Amino acid sequence: MDDAKLDALGQTIVSALPGAATGHTVAFNQLTVDVEAVKIVEVVKYLRDDPNCRFVNITDITAVDYPDREKRFDVIYHFLSPTLNTRIRLRAQADETTQVPSLIDVFPGADWFEREAYDLYGVFFVGHPDMRRLLTDYGFEGHPLRKDFPTTGFVEVRYDDQEKRVVYEPVRLNQEFRKFDFLSPWEGADYPLPGDEKAGPKV
Amino acid sequence: MNEQPENLRNFTINFGPQHPAAHGVLRLVLELDGEVVERVDPHIGLLHRGTEKLIEQKTYLQAIPYFDRLDYVAPMNQEHAFCLAAEKLLGIEVPRRGQLIRVLYCEIGRILSHLLNVTTQAMDVGALTPPLWGFEEREKLMVFYERASGSRMHAAFFRVGGVHQDLPQKLVDDIEAWCDPFLKVVDDLDRLLTANRIFKQRNVDIGVVPLKEAWEWGFSGVMVRGSGAAWDLRKSQPYECYAEMDFDIPIGKNGDCYDRYLIRMEEMRQSVRIMKQCIQKLNAPEGRGPVVVEDNKVAPPRRGEMKRSMEALIHHFKLYTEGVHVPAGEVYAAVEAPKGEFGVYLVSDGTNKPYKCKIRAPGFAHLQAMDHICRGHLLADVSAILGSLDIVFGEVDR
Repeated sequence: MDDAKLDALGQTIVSALPGAATGHTVAFNQLTVDVEAVKIVEVVKYLRDDPNCRFVNITDITAVDYPDREKRFDVIYHFLSPTLNTRIRLRAQADETTQVPSLIDVFPGADWFEREAYDLYGVFFVGHPDMRRLLTDYGFEGHPLRKDFPTTGFVEVRYDDQEKRVVYEPVRLNQEFRKFDFLSPWEGADYPLPGDEKAGPKV
Repeated sequence: MNEQPENLRNFTINFGPQHPAAHGVLRLVLELDGEVVERVDPHIGLLHRGTEKLIEQKTYLQAIPYFDRLDYVAPMNQEHAFCLAAEKLLGIEVPRRGQLIRVLYCEIGRILSHLLNVTTQAMDVGALTPPLWGFEEREKLMVFYERASGSRMHAAFFRVGGVHQDLPQKLVDDIEAWCDPFLKVVDDLDRLLTANRIFKQRNVDIGVVPLKEAWEWGFSGVMVRGSGAAWDLRKSQPYECYAEMDFDIPIGKNGDCYDRYLIRMEEMRQSVRIMKQCIQKLNAPEGRGPVVVEDNKVAPPRRGEMKRSMEALIHHFKLYTEGVHVPAGEVYAAVEAPKGEFGVYLVSDGTNKPYKCKIRAPGFAHLQAMDHICRGHLLADVSAILGSLDIVFGEVDR
């Protein structure tokens, strides 16, 4: 489908759902529709049932974290319409406390995708019957894909031969996690450049 | 024999995480009423490595090897999805020879995956010979992987903009020579399994998925084709040079495990057909040329050039330290991986590292329907269904 047709489809969707779908963009030959998080079920039902859309296949649900924003998460939904042979992306904004309605009654396949988004980002879906963690360890704390969660994590596990069981301990690194700044550090880095500390204060 | 009904209760068993039919580290909590499965609760994440988090810390080049480790049965197909996503953002097109090599190796990956799946599924339901015969061919294919990339499995062969190196002519010839004898092996497997009474008893009418359910559960690939949809991304949304390839898409009628087995068998034959066309096109004069884009802002200069040109040396240094700057934007790129639609949702903020890289694995969507599909089946059918879903934990757990 070319950009003009996608644009027309986006306009149809936005005008059919006033108050729920707030706008649309076409970039890289892909259609994105911005939606209100609380009205997501209405939008998805329309996309699934409208004869001009027929987005019957749920592809993906995920989130993107922008910690600087007031509503830090973009909840991203991907759907596929085999009839139109096109994809659509829905974007809803949410924060840690927003209660995003679950799609599980419209698409049973939303089950694990929502659990995963909850597990890794802490986006809360209401109406989901089984909101347990999915990918992380039993009893894990925190939401690892948030930008403020350190890559090294907080706990590490090992098998303790004396206690004959796996023990959990705070992470201890022999070498600090190395994060290189390859984005031209000489162009105004906001940290001391490696090696500068050796120079000492100039008299 | 007057048993009190209140004394009856369902039996809950733990299937896995160490079980040969679990195909990896799956833990299933099964609730059984006698032999009948009442509820399945898959516990996944035992192989969770935080791939998506790690990719956010790495440059685009450094992210590629992580994709080999997702579906480690068909590594290059995964790399392909990531490269397509990055290329879409960069707006570059892969040179023709690069495209042909990619398609050739993706089809090898498809055969690798289907061979493993078909034969181990046969093993799950009681046959021993198919894996022995199938793995011999897999080994030969892995040698082709090794000869192209230097490693049998974790190839890291695809690059943003093409592939890492050109194939030697001898390798292309050897792949061509492998094709026809392999079709005989497929026929042998066919004779072992397709009409086999036990294999049919274990698979026919087991795990039936109607098409409507297949769509709404987020299925893709063989799982929807088995239910009767002629849906294959290679045909419907062609990427690379699939549009000019001549191949058929097998579809099933009943949506059961047996149909899915038959489709996988036929897809192997079709893959060989595509491979032969690729080789023919690689050998034609139009198939010669570069294998990666010649823009030195994206792909490194040739080794020989670096010895002479200062500019090439600088490009090389910048590419392997700083990496490629991908323009800001978000794309979703999907390929028809052997197991279904493998997608990468890539968000770039214009720097040298992905801001977000969501990996949409087909097995993840298929496995979540275990409860739905298995309800009312017998305990022994669970392993048959699991086998036909084609699960690999590298991609489910990420």
